[in-house]
Amino acid sequence: MLRDEDRIFTNLYGFESPGLKAAQGRGDWVGAKEFLLKGRDWVVAEIKDSALRGRGGAGFSTGLKWSFMPKKSDGGPVYLVVNADEGEPGTCKDRDILRHDPHKLVEGILYASFAIGATAAYVYVRGEFIREIQRLQIAVDEAYAAGLIGKNACGAGYDLDVYVHTGAGAYICGEETALIESLEGKKGQPRSKPPFPAQAGLYSRPTTVNNVETIAVVPTILRRGAAWFSGIGRPKNVGTKLFCISGHVNNPCNVEEAMGIPLRELIEKHAGGVRGGWDNLLAVIPGGSSTPVIPRSVCDTVVMDYDGLSEVKTALGTAGVIVMDKSTDIVRAIARLARFYAHESCGQCTPCREGTPWMARMMDRMVEGKARVEEIDLLFDISKQIEGRTICALGDAAAWPIQGLIRHFRPELERRIAAARQSAAA
Amino acid sequence: MPKLTIDGMEIEVEAGTSVLQACEQLGIEVPRFCYHERLSVAANCRMCLVEMERSPKPIASCSMPCADGMVIRTNTEQAQRARKGVMELILINHPLDCPICDQGGECDLQDQAIAYGFDRGRYAEEKRSVPDKEFGPLINAEMTRCIHCTRCIRFCEEIAGVSVLGAVGRGTHTEVTTYIDSAISSELSGNLADVCPVGALTNKPYRFKARPWELRKTETIDVLDAVGSNIRVDARGGEVLRVLPRLNEDVNEEWISDKTRFACDGLKRQRLDRPYVRREGKLQPVSWSEALETIAVRLKGVAGRRIAGLAGDLVDAEAMVALKDLLHALGSPNLDCRQDGARYDCGVRAGYLFNTTISGIEQADAILLIGTNPRLEAPIINARIHKRYREGGLKIGLIGQQSQLNYPYEHLGGGVDPLNAVSAGKHAFADILKSSHHPMLVLGAGVLTRDDGAAIQAIAREVAVATGMVRPGWNGFNVLQLAAARVGGLDLGFLPQPGGLDTRGILEGAKAGDIEAIYLLGADEIDPSRFGAAFVIYQGHHGDRGAHRADVVLPGAAYTEKNGTYVNTEGRVQRGRMAVFPVGEAREDWKILRALSERLGVPLPYDTLGQVRDRLIAVNPLFAATGGVETAPWELFGQRGEASEEPFQPYVDNFYMTDPISRASLTMAKCIDAFVPSREGKTGTHG
Repeated sequence: MLRDEDRIFTNLYGFESPGLKAAQGRGDWVGAKEFLLKGRDWVVAEIKDSALRGRGGAGFSTGLKWSFMPKKSDGGPVYLVVNADEGEPGTCKDRDILRHDPHKLVEGILYASFAIGATAAYVYVRGEFIREIQRLQIAVDEAYAAGLIGKNACGAGYDLDVYVHTGAGAYICGEETALIESLEGKKGQPRSKPPFPAQAGLYSRPTTVNNVETIAVVPTILRRGAAWFSGIGRPKNVGTKLFCISGHVNNPCNVEEAMGIPLRELIEKHAGGVRGGWDNLLAVIPGGSSTPVIPRSVCDTVVMDYDGLSEVKTALGTAGVIVMDKSTDIVRAIARLARFYAHESCGQCTPCREGTPWMARMMDRMVEGKARVEEIDLLFDISKQIEGRTICALGDAAAWPIQGLIRHFRPELERRIAAARQSAAA
Repeated sequence: MPKLTIDGMEIEVEAGTSVLQACEQLGIEVPRFCYHERLSVAANCRMCLVEMERSPKPIASCSMPCADGMVIRTNTEQAQRARKGVMELILINHPLDCPICDQGGECDLQDQAIAYGFDRGRYAEEKRSVPDKEFGPLINAEMTRCIHCTRCIRFCEEIAGVSVLGAVGRGTHTEVTTYIDSAISSELSGNLADVCPVGALTNKPYRFKARPWELRKTETIDVLDAVGSNIRVDARGGEVLRVLPRLNEDVNEEWISDKTRFACDGLKRQRLDRPYVRREGKLQPVSWSEALETIAVRLKGVAGRRIAGLAGDLVDAEAMVALKDLLHALGSPNLDCRQDGARYDCGVRAGYLFNTTISGIEQADAILLIGTNPRLEAPIINARIHKRYREGGLKIGLIGQQSQLNYPYEHLGGGVDPLNAVSAGKHAFADILKSSHHPMLVLGAGVLTRDDGAAIQAIAREVAVATGMVRPGWNGFNVLQLAAARVGGLDLGFLPQPGGLDTRGILEGAKAGDIEAIYLLGADEIDPSRFGAAFVIYQGHHGDRGAHRADVVLPGAAYTEKNGTYVNTEGRVQRGRMAVFPVGEAREDWKILRALSERLGVPLPYDTLGQVRDRLIAVNPLFAATGGVETAPWELFGQRGEASEEPFQPYVDNFYMTDPISRASLTMAKCIDAFVPSREGKTGTHG
C-alpha cells in the first residue's frame, strides 16, 4: 500500500484550496526555474528514467513519446496538447485533478512543453466540466500573473502560452487525433496514422498529446527524482496511479495507489469492500468501460497494473474500476456499453460504423435470450472483424467488452437463450 | 527511394508512394472504395487492408507510405479475412437493390463483393435507410446505398472547388448531404456519378434508361466548348444515352463539365432530319435532289464576290475545308469562321492559341485573367487553375467584370486602363508577374469580339512580353477560345481571302444588298435580321436560329454522328468518331458539300474521308499529327490601336445554353431553372 508521503495528488479530495498559494504550500512550483535551467534533455531523460507510462489508457512510455519530437526547431510552432476530454465511462480522475489540484497540471504543462520544445500548449477539456474549466482557467491566470508561464516563464528564458479549450462532449474527441481535429475547429474524427502527431499534429505541426494525469505527475517526478517514482510498483509498471472505483462498493472513491496493488486489496482498503462482501462479487471491469470484464475468480488474485491485467486478457486502461455484485444483470450491463459505443462511433470508417450497431442490436437480443446459440459465436466473430481494423481504437474499445463477456459468461448467455426458448414453447 | 517486398517481390518506389500504389506498380490488385488517385486519402473504407510484417494489425495500404525494408503480404489468410469482414460490414446496411439500381453492371461494390465477399449474409437485424434527398436536376441521390467513402465530399472540395457536400450525423446515422436539400451547384457536378463507387449518386437524366452492357461505346471528342474533352459516347440503337469522360491527362484528366455530359438529350430534339426549301414564306420538306437543285438554280450566274460563307462553333475541320474549297471554286473571297464578328489578328498561330497548354497551368505561379470567367467558359480549364491554386503559391489577378470564381483573386479593374498599367509596369501586379517563374495570362475570347479586339490583343501581347511571359520553353500568352470549331477554322485559314469580307462585312453587305447568298455552315449565333434579303443556305443539325431564317436547309450531322477533326484551344488536333448514324436523311457535312459542288458544276476533288483529310493536311500540315500540341512560334501580332474604356464583359453568362445542342436540351433547361439566377424576378404565377 502506498505510503502517505509518496502521494503525488495531496489535494485530490479538495480539503485545501486549489489556488496558487495553497498549491505552493503543498510544494507545487518549487524549483521550477532550476528544472528549466537544466535543459530539455535533462527533463526528457528524467521522465524516461522514471519509466512513466501514459495514464490515458494505452500506457505508452511518456519519455519515449517526448523523444519523438523534433530536437531542433525549424522556426515554426510546436504544440503540447493536454487531453482533458475524460469521457471513458467509469473514469473520473482527471476531473478531480482539474478541480482540486489544477496547478499540478499547469506546472506539468510547463515542463512537458519545455521538454518537447513546444511554443504553446492547449488543454482540451470536456465541455461538460464547467466548474473544472473555470478552476483550470483560474489556475492558468494565476500562473501567468505570477510569471510562472507566459513570456520568460519562471525567469528561465522560456516562453510558453497556455490555452484552455472547451470540447463539446463527444467521446471520440478523447482520441488524440480526433481531439486535434476538433481543436482545429473541424468535426472530431480520428486521422489515420501515419503521420503521427509528433510529425504532423495540430495544424500539421509537431504535437504531443498527453493525458492530464500523465502531465500532472511530471513535476513531482522531477522534484523527487526518477528513481523514487520507478521504485514504486513492479518493473515496467511503476509509479502511483489514480484509481476510480465505482459500482457496487460500499464507498465509491478516487484514490491514488501504487501500481500493482491487488484488485481485492484496492477495493477492500479504499472502497469499503464489495457491497455484501467479497463473495457477493460477480465481476469487475478494471480499466474503464472499454476493457474486458473479469469474473470473480480472476478478481481474487489479479494485480492492478498494465502487465498484470493484460495477462488475464484485459487492460488497465484508465483505471476506472467498475465493480458489479451478483445483483447485476451482466448481459444487460455489457449491452448498455455496446449501445454506448454504437452511439459514440464517429461513423468515419466502415468496421466501427457498421459493426457497433450490429453488435448493439445483437446484445439487446441476448439480454432477452432472443437469439440462437450459434449467434454467440457470430457476435464474437463480428467483434473480431472490428477489432484492429479501424482507424482509431474505438473499434477495439467496442469489441473488447463483448469479447470479455463471451469469454467469461458464455454459460449465462446460453442459459438465457434456453430459457427464452422454453417460455416461448410454453 | 525506399525498397520493400510485396508478396515476395522486391520493388523500389519513389519516396511518398503508398503501399497501395506500390502494389499497383507490381500489378497486384488491392480492393478499395474510398481511395481515388486524384483525391486526398481518407482511409475510411478499410477495404485495402494488407498484412505488414511486425504489425499485429492489418494496415490500410492506401494511407501507409512505403518504408525501407517493409514486408507486405496482400494475399495471406489474415488479409483475406480482413477484407471479407470489411465487405460484410459494408454490405449489411447496403440495400441489395441491384436489379433496380443504375450502377448495376458497373458497380465497384458489386464487383468487389463477388471477388472478396461472403456468399451469404449473416445480418438479421434491421437495415438502415435514409430519406430521399434532392441534389438538383443532374445528380440522383439514393443515399440508402451510400457506403460513406466520402469520395464525393472530397471531389467537391478538392476538384470542383465548392463546399456543397458534407457528412452530417455520427456513427451509423452519418449521412452525406448538401445543406438542407440544396442542389449541388457546380459545373462539374456530373463527375460525382463517376466518383461514387456505388449507386448512391447517379446520372439523373440517364436514370432507368439502360444497362451498361446494352450500350455501344464510342471514344470521341466533345465539342460543346473549346477544351476538346475526351469523352466516351454510350449509345443504344440510334440514341445517345449518356456521355462519360475518358482519361486524358493533358486535357480533361478524368473529368468533364456538366454541359458536356448532360446536354446529350439535346441531340434528340429540334433535329433537322430532312432537307427543306422555303416556298411561299414557309419551309417545305423536300428531297435532297430538290434542295440541291434549288441552290444550284439560285446561285446560277451569281458573281462569286456576291456569295459568302460563315462557319459555326461546332463544325468539324473536314466540313470547313470543303466549304472553303467550294467557295474558292465559286470565286468567293468572303468567308469567316468567326461568326461572333471578332476582328483580331489571326495571322500568327500563337496569337489565338492557349499556348501554355492546359496541363501547363500546373506549372504557373501567377495568372492574369483578362475579360474571362473560366468557370463558365471552360470549367475543365478552371478545374486545372483550381488544382494549381490548391497546391499553394499561386497569385491570380482579374481584369474585367468580377465573377464568382472558386479561388481568390485580386481584381485589378474593369477595362483597358489596368491592362495598360500592367503593360507599362505601373501596376503592382506587373511586379508579381515579373517576379514569377511561370507567369501567364488568359485573354477571354469574348474580349476579342469587341470593336477594339485587335488593339486589346496587341496590348495583351505587350503585357506578355513586358512581364517575361514568353521565354524558351514557356509561353504564358493564352487566348481562351470558346468554340470547338474555332481554332480548326483559323488553322485552315477559313478567313476572308484577299479582297474578301469578314463576318461584319458580310452582314453589312447582306443588308446593303451587295451579298446575294450566304452559306451558313452550322452558324447559329447571328441575329437573323442581319441577313437582309440575302438567300440563306443553312447546313446544320438543329433547327436553331440559322435554320429558322434559311431559304434552304440541308440537314447535317451532329458531333456524335460523324468522323470529324477538331482543334482545341491549345491547338491540339483530335479526332471525333461516329457513335450513331445521322438522324433521318441527314448526312455527314463534308459529303453534303461534296454533293452540292457536283450540282454547282465545280466538283470538289475528294470522295472519301481519307481524301478529305489529305486535303486538310495539304492546307495545313498541323492536321497530320493528332493528339499532341505543336508549339506555336512566337511572332509579332495584333494591331496597336485605339481601345475603348468600356469594361470587359463576360461572353458566357449562361453556362448551360451556349450552342444549338445545349439549347435543345431539356436537362440544360432544368439546370437553368435550378442554378442560373433569374434576371427578372419571378412572380407567383411562375411554375
